[in-house]
Parts: sequence; C-alpha cells; structure tokens
Amino acid sequence: MEFVGYLGDVFLPFNFLLLLLGTIGGLILGATPGLSPTMAVALLIPFTFQLAPAQGLILLGAAYTSTVAGGAVSAILLKIPGAPANIATTLDGHTMAQKGQGAKALQLSFLASAVGGIFGVLLLIFLTPVLAKWALAFGPSHLFWLAILGVTVIGTLDSSSVVKGLLSGCIGLWLATIGFDDIMGAQRFIFHPALGGGINVIPALIGLFAIPQVITMFAKGRASTAAEVIVVQKSPIKEAIAEVFKRKRALAIGTGVGSIIGLIPGVGGQIAGLVAYDQSKKFSPEAEKFGTGHSEGVIAAEAANNAMVGPSLVPLLTLSIPGSPTAAVLLGGLLIHGIFPGSDLFDNHPDVAWTFINSMLIGQVLMCIFGLYVAGLAASVARVPHSVMAAVVLGLAVFGSYSVQNSMGDVYVMATLGVGMYFLERFGFSAAPLVLGLILGPIAEANFIQGSMIANATSSITSYFFTGPLNLTLIAIVVASVGYSFWMELRSRRYTSKEEIMG
Amino acid sequence: MKKWIAGAATALMTLTGAAFAEGHGDYPDRPIMLMVSYGAGGATDFQARIVTMTAGNEDALGVPIAIINKPGAGGRVGWNWLASQAEADGYTLGAYNIPHFIAQSIEGGVSYTADSFEPIANWGADPAVFVVAADSPFNSMQDVVDYAKENPGGLTFSGAGLFVGHHIAALQLEKAAGVKLAYIPSNAGGAGAMKSVIAGEVLGGVNNLSDAFRAREAGNVKVLGVFDLERNSFMEDVPTMAEQGFDIDNASVNFRGVMVPKGTPQPVIDHLAAVVPTMFENSSVQGKMSAGGSPMHVMTREEVQEMWTARQATLQELLAGL
Repeated sequence: MEFVGYLGDVFLPFNFLLLLLGTIGGLILGATPGLSPTMAVALLIPFTFQLAPAQGLILLGAAYTSTVAGGAVSAILLKIPGAPANIATTLDGHTMAQKGQGAKALQLSFLASAVGGIFGVLLLIFLTPVLAKWALAFGPSHLFWLAILGVTVIGTLDSSSVVKGLLSGCIGLWLATIGFDDIMGAQRFIFHPALGGGINVIPALIGLFAIPQVITMFAKGRASTAAEVIVVQKSPIKEAIAEVFKRKRALAIGTGVGSIIGLIPGVGGQIAGLVAYDQSKKFSPEAEKFGTGHSEGVIAAEAANNAMVGPSLVPLLTLSIPGSPTAAVLLGGLLIHGIFPGSDLFDNHPDVAWTFINSMLIGQVLMCIFGLYVAGLAASVARVPHSVMAAVVLGLAVFGSYSVQNSMGDVYVMATLGVGMYFLERFGFSAAPLVLGLILGPIAEANFIQGSMIANATSSITSYFFTGPLNLTLIAIVVASVGYSFWMELRSRRYTSKEEIMG
Repeated sequence: MKKWIAGAATALMTLTGAAFAEGHGDYPDRPIMLMVSYGAGGATDFQARIVTMTAGNEDALGVPIAIINKPGAGGRVGWNWLASQAEADGYTLGAYNIPHFIAQSIEGGVSYTADSFEPIANWGADPAVFVVAADSPFNSMQDVVDYAKENPGGLTFSGAGLFVGHHIAALQLEKAAGVKLAYIPSNAGGAGAMKSVIAGEVLGGVNNLSDAFRAREAGNVKVLGVFDLERNSFMEDVPTMAEQGFDIDNASVNFRGVMVPKGTPQPVIDHLAAVVPTMFENSSVQGKMSAGGSPMHVMTREEVQEMWTARQATLQELLAGL
C-alpha cells in the first residue's frame, strides 16, 4: 500500500496542472491520426528536461494513458485507427457513429478505457513482482505460438467469410515481408527506396482504413446533391454508464485479455484489442451483432487497449527492459534525470516511481471525465457533409502518414494500399485481418528464426517448439480457436445465401 | 509612388544580392536537422537529443538542432536517405554509428560507403561487453570459452543483430578463442538481446556497456569482459578481453557522432567541425550523459577521419570470411 502515501504528491498544484496538461494534450495528440502514443510521448520528452524527475514523469504518464484512449476518437468518428491498439475499435465504433450513435460510442469507449486502465494500473501496483516473472516466461517459441494464435483470429475477424478473412490475412503477411529482413538483413521485394524499411504499420493502417472510405464518400457526394445528413442522437452519460456495466462479459474479457497480453514484451499492445474483440465475440450470445455497431465490440476493444498500459510497463520498471516502443521512450525520460529503472527506482527514488504510477491512475479518471465531456461535441462530426468530410479525412491521412518519419515514401505507401483496399472491400475482403497479418508476420517470422537457431545449437527444433507446458497450452488454444472457427463457419453456412457471401 | 516602389525593389535586390555574395558567412541562419537512423527512445536517439540540446546557445551554433528519426533495417533506411536524398547544404546532419554503417556497406546492398559522408565530430563510445544472467555458472570469459570448447556450436548468446557492433564482437571472440559459437541475433535490438539473457533463453550475450551497467545495477546480470582496449570508468572491476588472454581490440566499440552528406560546402564543414565538439564538452551535456550511464568520448573531425579509415580496414578483413 506504499502508493497511497505518495498519492498526495499528484495533487500538489503544479503537479496537478501538469497532469491536466498531459491528459488534455494526450487526448488531442491521440485523436490526431498518425500520432501514436509512442510519438506523442517522444514529442514531450524535451519538455521534461526542465522539470524535476517526478514532474516530468507525471506529464509522460498522463500523456501515455490518454493518447491510448484518444486514439479511439479518430477510430470511431473517422474510421482512422491512430495506432494498432485502436483497430478493433473501428469495427463497431465507426458503424455506431454512422448510425448517429457516435456520442454513445465515444462515451462507452472512454468509460471502458477507464475501467480497463484503472485495473491495469492496479495490477502494476500490487502484482509487479509476479508479473515480471510472467513477462520473462515468454521465449521465442512461445512468442511464435502466440503469433500463430493471432493468425487464427484472422479468419473470424470482420469478413464475410472465413476464406476471405484468411486470404486478406495472407496479403498482410506478404506485405510484412517487404523490406530488409530484421535478422539477416536480406532484401526482399524492395522495388522502390520508400520500401527499404518495410511497410510501416501506421501509414498502412491509415491507408487501409481511411482511403476506401474517402473514395466511397467522394462517390456518394457526386451521386446526390442532398447528401444524407445523419441525425446525431443525444446520449445521456447515465445511460452510457449503465450500458457499460450491463455488458459485464465484454468488459471483463477486454480487461483480462488486455492485461495478460499487454504484459508480453514486444507483442502485447498491438494485438490486445483485436484478440479481446475476437474473444468477446466468440463468447457472446449475440455474436452475429458484432460488426454492425454493437456496444460490446467497442467496450471489449477499448477496455483491452487501456488495460494493457499498466502491465506493459512492468518489464521496464522491474527489469529495466523496455517491453514496447513507448516504454523505450519512457526509459529515455527516466535516464535523462539519472534514474535507472529496476530496484534502484523503487528503493532510492520511491517518490518518483509511485508518483509516476499514481499519475497514471488519476490520469485514467481525468481522461474519462474529459472524454465524456467532449464526446457529445465530437460526435457532431458525423453531421459534416460527405464531400467536405472526405477532403478533411484525406488531408489528415496524408498529414498523419507523412509525420510518422517525415517521409513522402510513407504517403505513397498509404495511398497505394488504400486504393488497393478500396477494390478488395468491394469484393467482401476486410482491412482488419490484413493489418493483423502485417503486424503478426514479423513477430512469427523473427521468433521462429531465433527459436530455430537456439534449437539447432542446443537441442532439436521439435523439442524446442513442442515441449514445455507453456508451448503445449498455447498450441491447445490455437487448435481450439481454429476448430471453433470452422465449426461456426459450417454451422452458419446453411443459413447464408450465396448473395451474402459475395458481399 | 512608382519611384518609391522601384527604389524599395532595388534595395531589396541589393540586399539579397549581398547575402548571396557573402556565401556561408552567416551560416547557420535557421534551425538544423539531425537525422537519427534509429527509433525514438533508442540509445542513439536518446544520446543525440542530449548532446544537441545546447545547440541554440550563443556560444554554440546559435540555432536549435531538431532530431528527425528515420528508423528501419538496422539503420540502413536512414543512412540510405542521408547519402542519396538529403540536401548537402549544412542544414541536414546525420548521426553515425560505427562500426554499423561501415560493416553494412562492406556487406553490400546499400547506397552508401564511408566515402558518402563527411565526419564532423564524435560524442560517444559505447563498448560491447559480454553479459550472463546473474545466476549463471560462468564467472569469467575462460568459463565461457571452456564451455564452448566442450560443446562446439552449443554456446548460445544474443546480440542486437547482424553487421552491428555486437556481431563484430562475436566474430572477434570466435576468432580469438578459436571456438565455434552460436550467435543469436535479436530483432528487437539491444533491449531484446538483454531480455533473452535475463530470461535464460540464451546462455550469454553481447550487449552495450551502458545497458549492461543498468542491468547490473538492477541485479539481473554479471558482466564478464569488455571488448575494448582498456577498462571503462563505469565498471572499473570488469577486465578487458585482452587481460583475459584474448587478442581482441576495440573494433566493435560503438562510436556515435555527427556527420554530413558528401558535397556539403567546405566552409560549412569547417564551421561545424570547430563548434560541434565544444557543444559536446558543455558541462550540462556531460552531466546528463553520465547520469544516464552513457560513456562520452569527444573526438574532433581529424580524429574521426582517422578512426573511420582504421575501422574500414579492420572490418574488411574480419568480414571477408563471411
């Protein structure tokens, strides 16, 4: 209960001001397409040079929590996921916004984020030593199976059929091989200098999700002068709170999956939202409603991506190993003040450590309050006429892709993938499995290569990848997940007409 | 009125003409960009941000330096960009990592060599060290090599990738000890390599001295040897490889510094070469660097040129067998 003693520090006037600044700034940065949490935190590091260590970390901690939640705003309203964490939010969130329930979707997402986020930070506070062991338990073979588990999710994710889902997943896996291979440095499919570094996930995300939409909007804008104007329904906060707690299953699955997966270095943050979405769909009696603007989808995805914030810092704070790109940036923020994460942090600078963790806890609450406040205003975005909206989204898409690494190459990648995706979508393929393939490809490949190198040096590949309780458990889940997908496919096929499959 | 406009126009033209005639006398007159070919939060990025933070001071360049990250493919993306696309006008600088970019240019497949760039100054030198987990039975490099002799090719150890300082160190160790080792390159950089040592996935690892220092402070690893010519002030107790009987020099030491693309005007290079090292000597920069556990090693343009040439020769010989 040591953290309670330092809770007061967060509320000192200057510290609290920084916390507010970090939260509001984070929400705005998070809502800007292309500015991922990692970039937002990196942008703030120079400001912490002038601050005391604890104050600098308050700013960074608050910004980290609220950028993750802020990403939901553009995901829901514009269908541009700001970071991989928000992909799953677009699936139901944007459909809700199209139906005029944007305000409700935003409220649900902020409430679910706060619940998940607070749970995640509490885990960080109370269970850090236990969690550190868990984070280290995942070696190359386990990460490989985990990535394969992610691949099995692809088939059931937001496509008109399993086969199309798997096909678009394969396109994603292929796209992931472009560029210099991470381990050996071999060049693959590089036919333009812009592809040397491979396909960056953020421009790909923006292109795949936003561009097909822009093209559709332009097409619609020409078809009728009286563009359809969506009535934005008012949504009382009380109802949203009741809704979140009514959907206990989605909330629990989201929070649980987010905190467990978020902990695993290198993998967690990117796929937590998608895995949680898929799991709550499989466990829900209303599975068929997912993807049509169902509140459970938004709740599960957002609870998961904020639940991951706390646990994702466990490897950094205890072992001094940054488990995610954002954690690496935070490490820089600590080192610049001469503080080494690890036992040194908690033994010699407990004020810094606990103030930082507390600021994330309070930050979650503030983020929720501000989020709810702006939800009603933000949702009126849906009222903007299609032609104007298309131009704005296109502008944001170009800006967002360029700003990732100040490269026009990324803008070309974004545009090319976007136009390609427009045609794929017309044939019933979906962007979410494609992106998942793009994210999981390198994880599966690199860990397989590393695992087999270790296996060849020590034992055999079979015993390295197929023995040990953790490997076997993961394999069992993979088999169960594949089996479930096929069973669902066979069962639903009887009721699906040919036209529906054609999309 | 017309006369007045014509007069103003003439005056303006004379002014701009004067500015052109003066050439680079007023360089720099706008902010400068420093390209870092690794992601935000990495050691190179972190150090680059610290050593350039005083650039805006009157006694330094007088204009701020902004960091631009162009990560990817172990640094190749950024250095390709600097060599082929960046403007050589003195407003685009790049951070270099030796031996990485020289080793990559020897390996091939990139559009740069050491001749594509002009060094300005060196700020840091981060030697590679050999680490093992805190509970490992190995207590010296001799224990490690003995194990490797009993199990040829069975000693697994991690590092940050191929054709980087860690890989060079691994090759040197294999050559000096005359054993076959299993080097496992990590795709998640030094942090990923360190994690696999602490988690016990591999028996040991080559890592940066600065990161190993932190991991040792946290009680997670033992450091068995430094791949450098002399002991490092951050860990006086750790012997060098040469002290332990292995003929290994400082070819794997990760030197970090500032360079510009070839074709940058000579007056600009001279100005930068004179000012940038004094920026690195700034006491607040030195304080922040040592607080962060990052060893500094300031070198002037001439010294860096010498070091580049020496590295080129060593690496060509070492990598010839691959």
